[in-house]
Amino acid sequence: MKKIASIQEEIIDEFNLFDDWMQRYEYMIELGKSLPIIDSKNKIDDNIINGCQSKVWVYAELKENKVIYTADSDAIITKGIIALLLRVFSNQHPSDILMADTSFIDKIGLKEHLSPTRANGLLSMVKQLKMYAVAYQTQLK
Amino acid sequence: MIDIKKIRNDFPILNRKINGNQLIYFDNAATSQTPKVVVDEIANYYYNYNSNIHRGVHKLSQEATDAYEKSRKILQNNFNAKYDHEVIFTSGSTHGINLVASGYANILKKGDEIILSTMEHHSNIVPWQMLCEKTGAKLRVAPMDTNGVLIMEEYSKICNKKTKLVVISHVSNALGTINPIESILSIAHSNNAVVLIDGAQAAPHIKIDVQDLDIDFYVVSGHKLMGPTGVGILYGKERLLNLLPPYQGGGEMIDQVTFEKTTYAGLPHKFEAGTPNIAGGIALGKAVEYINEIGYETIAKYEDSLLKYATSELLKIEGLKIYGESKNKTAVISFNIKSIHPYDLGTILDKLGIAVRTGHHCAQPIMDFFEIPGTIRASFSFYNTKQEIDFMVESIKRAKAMLV
Repeated sequence: MKKIASIQEEIIDEFNLFDDWMQRYEYMIELGKSLPIIDSKNKIDDNIINGCQSKVWVYAELKENKVIYTADSDAIITKGIIALLLRVFSNQHPSDILMADTSFIDKIGLKEHLSPTRANGLLSMVKQLKMYAVAYQTQLK
Repeated sequence: MIDIKKIRNDFPILNRKINGNQLIYFDNAATSQTPKVVVDEIANYYYNYNSNIHRGVHKLSQEATDAYEKSRKILQNNFNAKYDHEVIFTSGSTHGINLVASGYANILKKGDEIILSTMEHHSNIVPWQMLCEKTGAKLRVAPMDTNGVLIMEEYSKICNKKTKLVVISHVSNALGTINPIESILSIAHSNNAVVLIDGAQAAPHIKIDVQDLDIDFYVVSGHKLMGPTGVGILYGKERLLNLLPPYQGGGEMIDQVTFEKTTYAGLPHKFEAGTPNIAGGIALGKAVEYINEIGYETIAKYEDSLLKYATSELLKIEGLKIYGESKNKTAVISFNIKSIHPYDLGTILDKLGIAVRTGHHCAQPIMDFFEIPGTIRASFSFYNTKQEIDFMVESIKRAKAMLV
């Protein structure tokens, strides 16, 4: 599995190919549409991260010492960013997830979506991804 | 007639660029923009006579007191209150509602009832729920139909001798519906109930005469009325305001203080503890003068033409549904496009420089009623234009092509 940092570099390179925000958003919407569907048994209220406007569901399980995340949202642009976050964080070791940051979101021009003032639940989602990693790291020790 | 060029020049913020596009501000139901004369009034206060009111003997304090009290008179005249002391300065509508709700904790008893409507803003729901928790009074909800219009027959049914308070928004913030407050006042008063009207959305668009309509309480927010944030008014009939205990203790609101007993000041000071938002209060008077210079009728006519134009243009977009189809509306359009989340559409419109509100608009019961997560709300003011509406409609089509 690729390291988190190199996946982030890959994403930054991909986004550098776009000339303007329209193309970036069109790509994100495509990513959102192709996000693997979360198992319906995990798409429950307990797994909802309430973010005012769009709902975000996130679930994680540990397989072979790696955290596998699945997630969903009712808004497509939010789903697109979820797809990027999962590409970076899913299938990684808990300790690597805990050390990683999300500055790549800033570098690809989508900073506003992870801003605390943006009522879309994504920032809380990042916290929740890390919380799962903390829990599974404790389990591994 | 509106001189649109001249009016737009009064609002420097309208020249802003957002992501390289000209700002189109369609979030007026959340906060209206502030004309230069109002901003200048605030600056003038701080540059020339900033000081505390009602207590200094010095020149600045007297000037500030005069300006503040002059503003109260402007507001009195605007709403045609009988006395200027019936106009209480607040921080906004929410403050006004809480002040009255808190006062009624001493008046209501178990078994009493409060009626509100399905289309209230959270700020006209939660304070009454808190009042019910304190007193054991019961909340009753008057329903609306699928057009977002109150069902008046139901009002008559639920309003009875147990009803002590009827609270209603004059205009719904999420739907734009103008509610028939005359009928509601009449039903409530025939049952000896007191009526509080949330005028936050109405005051910028409709001339209100509290005496003519026999209104008991009316609350207004300055920042929706071309004024600054953090200031508003509560109008209350003298008799009713006198029945309410003080809301907060502090300076200004007292007559005599000893450690044994404090006696309170009369109206309006009883409800104005502490140093108020002096600059805001003064500027609010200026804002109301500004609106009256243009004229409520002129404003209403122009905004109604924007509403009708935008409604017909938006409805040409396939799959677009408008929530709130009362014949009697202010210039607010709440809508969704089939299968598109309001957040997604709002995000794309923002990228194009268009400020609309998305979400539940602090009126979740309305969204539950229509079984939707939220809407996109475009709300117009007299400085907006049909060209701006055209650009929004084109932008929605562009966003739709991306999102579907």
